[in-house]
Amino acid sequence: MKTVSSLLDVHWYERYKKISKLNIRSSIYDVTNRCNLRCKGCFFFSSDEHKAAPEENNIDRWEAFVESEMARGVNLAILIGGEPTLCFDRVEAFYKRLPTFCATNGLIKVPRDRFPDMMIGISLWGDEEDERILRGKDTFSISSKNYAGDPYTYYLYTITPKQIGKTERIIRKIQEAGLKVHMQLLSNDEGVSGFHWKPEELTAIREEMDAMLDAYPQTVISSKYYHEIITTGKMMGRPFGWLECPSVTQPLDKRDPAPKRLTNFIRWASDLKTMHRCCTSETRDCSTCKDGAAHMSWVMVNKRAHMQTAKDLQGWIEVYEMFAKLYQFLPW
Amino acid sequence: MTVALELDQMILDIAAIMIEELKLEDVTPETFDPEIDLVDEVGIDSMDLATVALVLRDKYAVRIDEDDYPKLTTLRLISEYIHRKLVARAA
Repeated sequence: MKTVSSLLDVHWYERYKKISKLNIRSSIYDVTNRCNLRCKGCFFFSSDEHKAAPEENNIDRWEAFVESEMARGVNLAILIGGEPTLCFDRVEAFYKRLPTFCATNGLIKVPRDRFPDMMIGISLWGDEEDERILRGKDTFSISSKNYAGDPYTYYLYTITPKQIGKTERIIRKIQEAGLKVHMQLLSNDEGVSGFHWKPEELTAIREEMDAMLDAYPQTVISSKYYHEIITTGKMMGRPFGWLECPSVTQPLDKRDPAPKRLTNFIRWASDLKTMHRCCTSETRDCSTCKDGAAHMSWVMVNKRAHMQTAKDLQGWIEVYEMFAKLYQFLPW
Repeated sequence: MTVALELDQMILDIAAIMIEELKLEDVTPETFDPEIDLVDEVGIDSMDLATVALVLRDKYAVRIDEDDYPKLTTLRLISEYIHRKLVARAA
């Protein structure tokens, strides 16, 4: 029987031991239905999820809700929106109680005296031109000033097809701001012209992502196996899609046969009662979904499938390490 | 049959179930190390355990509480868990 220790040498086995007991149990929370931007391609607004449920405004209920989530076994709260920084009291309800990650567009600075070590991911959708087309403004010029040198912040760089050949300039700017970056791909939910991925573009951007990881290993938090998965949409020959996605809300998951999935995962709406189908938009075509966290999780929940060769298992370890770093379970 | 022999046979039976249900390769019930860490070494996760637990429930009429999964890290521990519940029921 193939075992982990029979496949790995001492170095890789040590790396494996550091992650094998982490047992990360995440869920995702819409903190608010409001945002201070309206980006083309933001799944939250394009699929009307901001209208799915009225916001819960009573902070006592938020605090009780977080307690109940902890009792359910959640040990990582991923806060999204809308824009979470519009409601710091709700963010604090999570942060005071359990490991918390806050996604933001970076326009409002999270006060570090109130949230000293909360991990923050700033969304970035390309260079100044792409940002103006898709988001109405160049957010980087503001967010990079707000968070320059912050040790608990990284950019979540959503690469568009128009970024091919241009990513190095962005990575350098992030490096110069003293921040880290993680790369993912635009899913283009609203079908903005010129932002659909073509197969040859996905091949090209995979090479470019690999090159950025090689050239900026202290800045880029990523792995080449993740680049392969996210650009090909395939893992061990299996295509990503509804039948494979690990990030479907568990109580709504009636798939048969049941795929490997995140344990107890739920994406909650901001009324704290309504559940969304999955970590992203219900209207998205799962076969073309490029959600980075879903693809990472897809790899992570399929450990045994990666126990055929040492190379497969090393790829799995690298993806797991990347996820653990992005959510502060491992140091950078 | 002694309790010890019953447990030894149960380990072989549950090994066979795990091999069949989880499609484990290059191992037989006789060569399945009952002490090997199923999570860390074999890569078994809570969904795999849930699959095995369903078959064990049908075979032994014993339910494995989901809260107990983290403790059941080896074939021996799973077998002892089932065995203990059967003995308690028979007493």
